[in-house]
Amino acid sequence: MILVRFLIDFNYVTGGLALNTVARFEIKYLQYMDEKGTFISNDVPPAFARDLEQLISLYRDMNRIRLLDQKAYALQRTGKMGTYPAATGQEAIGVGFGAAMTKEDVLVPYYRGQASMVQHGVLMEEVLQYWGGYEAGCDYKVAKEDFPIAVPIATQSLHATGVAKAMQMRGEKRCVFTEIGEGGTSQGDFYEALNVAGIWNLGVVFIINNNQWAISVPSKIQTNCETYAQKAIGAGIDCIQVDGNDVIAVKDASDQAAEKARNGGGPTVIECISLRLCDHTTADDATRYRPDGELDEGWEKEPILRLRKYLESKNVWGKSEEESMLVELAAEVQTSVDNYLKTPVDPTEAMFDYLYEELPERTKLQREIAIQRGAK
Amino acid sequence: MKANTVKTVTLIEAVNMAVSHEMGVDKEVVVFGEDVGINGGVFRATDGLQEKYGKERVIDTPLAEAMIAGIAIGMAAQGMKPVAEIQFMGFIFPAADHIISHCARMRNRTRGRLTLPMVIRAPFGGGIHAPENHSESTEAIFAHIPGLKVVIPSNPSRAYGLMLAAIRDPDPVIFLEPKRIYRIEKHEIEDNGEEYPLGVCFVDREGTDITLVSWGAMLHETKQAAEKLAKEGISAEVIDVATVSPLDIDTILESVEKTGRLCIVQEAPKAGALGSEIAAEVAEKCLMSLLAPIGRVSGYDIVIPYYRLEKQYMPKIDYIIEEAKRIVEYK
Repeated sequence: MILVRFLIDFNYVTGGLALNTVARFEIKYLQYMDEKGTFISNDVPPAFARDLEQLISLYRDMNRIRLLDQKAYALQRTGKMGTYPAATGQEAIGVGFGAAMTKEDVLVPYYRGQASMVQHGVLMEEVLQYWGGYEAGCDYKVAKEDFPIAVPIATQSLHATGVAKAMQMRGEKRCVFTEIGEGGTSQGDFYEALNVAGIWNLGVVFIINNNQWAISVPSKIQTNCETYAQKAIGAGIDCIQVDGNDVIAVKDASDQAAEKARNGGGPTVIECISLRLCDHTTADDATRYRPDGELDEGWEKEPILRLRKYLESKNVWGKSEEESMLVELAAEVQTSVDNYLKTPVDPTEAMFDYLYEELPERTKLQREIAIQRGAK
Repeated sequence: MKANTVKTVTLIEAVNMAVSHEMGVDKEVVVFGEDVGINGGVFRATDGLQEKYGKERVIDTPLAEAMIAGIAIGMAAQGMKPVAEIQFMGFIFPAADHIISHCARMRNRTRGRLTLPMVIRAPFGGGIHAPENHSESTEAIFAHIPGLKVVIPSNPSRAYGLMLAAIRDPDPVIFLEPKRIYRIEKHEIEDNGEEYPLGVCFVDREGTDITLVSWGAMLHETKQAAEKLAKEGISAEVIDVATVSPLDIDTILESVEKTGRLCIVQEAPKAGALGSEIAAEVAEKCLMSLLAPIGRVSGYDIVIPYYRLEKQYMPKIDYIIEEAKRIVEYK
């Protein structure tokens, strides 16, 4: 429709001259498994998807994040957690692309990125510490090179390109994954990152987590594009749209993009379509703007249910497996919560001690005063 | 050992010399920005560097300042030492989100896990009849941000030594180059890699009657004012702040305790500026040493005019002399 409108306009200004097409584009959509848990395509699914153990593993990973989010919500509601953004319904995205990353790859996450962060080695207690007001939550014990969450939206896209540039200059066969919400793609930083990643052929995989809501702003008033993936076209880089509730599609697209990125093939944009089945954060009330019925429909398409249906259909999953998995995961999450709740508040001087490698003289005096005052 | 080159250079050539020196001894140092490659920068700060160190390490970027700062953060987090150029400080604001929201905070928020040994260079200040948005002195904006260091050289030797220190510093440094004095004087500099310390004021002239504090281009007017004052029997001490953040207030306090009088000279608008901070510190720490109220010579609190009115904006030697005399004669 939009293309037709432009064509009419241009015909008008050119007085009906026949115009040559100098470029055209199309956006492919990838989905392997539908909401009923059945493979929709006659194409052979990727090897990992034929390995039921791997699918069970991804299933567990998604459930772990859902439990973590539930627990964080409960902690916030009982005064033991700061504002927290759950990712309910979007678990397949972070788990799927996180599973495509090697330890050597670097993750530059967005603020709702706990699924990919945990998948890439950030501890659940570190996620809780971050949102619970402890800087220690950004001092990752395992994911040493990963960036902390970037709160200013879309800035992370550019940091990812910088990391990829360093890897490229050093001739390393690693890549960078960075995630962004669909709302974030409206930011200039996102376009600047795509542009430079394209022209410098950087090994970055840009994951657009399209959960269809930017707090209260729906996609239809966020962009005039038919897809978010096509924003990559303007930067001359590859892109694909995938069913973000199909963990197989997310992981497969990510595997391919990562392989390409690690081997000098350049960047890729992967738009993953999902739906936020929760409030924006604990400080939000989505009933103020979400249309009736959207949630009910969303819960039918969500990622965990469909994979469970598939595993059940293969007779490798049932009530007892589900129950024991949930018990195990609950214990795992509870251990992280316990560790989080035991996090010591840093001593007062810690506010000063990481500002520079060496604190300036004037600030040293302030440090002494702050120590004396303490929390008084 | 081959002898070090000695060259007689301008401030901008000294910047070039320092960056080139460090690129030669540290392969992690990379230069990028708009037009820094084959063009050597619009002011020629990076002239010849691409030829010497190659396109891999001296990189022309697309035209996007936020990107320049963002890329620098990513590279520095990987242990490289970017020296990124923002073509004019008036265009730094798209990058300010990265400088303020990330660059200044990364060490602190990761408890030292990720640090950013990076330099962002930008020419700043008025006086060269440049177009709109090319003449502001907005150093106070960045001096206000904890976690950054803000350095302003006032002559070629200091540009060389401070730039070396800035590149070697483990924390992010905003290196602001007063473009009005890019080519105003030459110093003989031995390319020996010797840095000048950051976070230290330089006493450029000793005196006993009044302390004149300035930085960047305005130091030239300040020094000339001091010479003229000397002819009238007033002995002025002149201090070059050099690192405007973190501020070495001790050197200034020591001088004011000796002279009992202080005049601060800045090109920036008066309100909420670095001069305000210096005046406040002196009032807090050594009010009883003061023999007269503190004086300030500064730009006006206005939008810097287009170049037809630029002269009317810029502080002059005469204003400094006038203010210094008023302070010295205060009863």
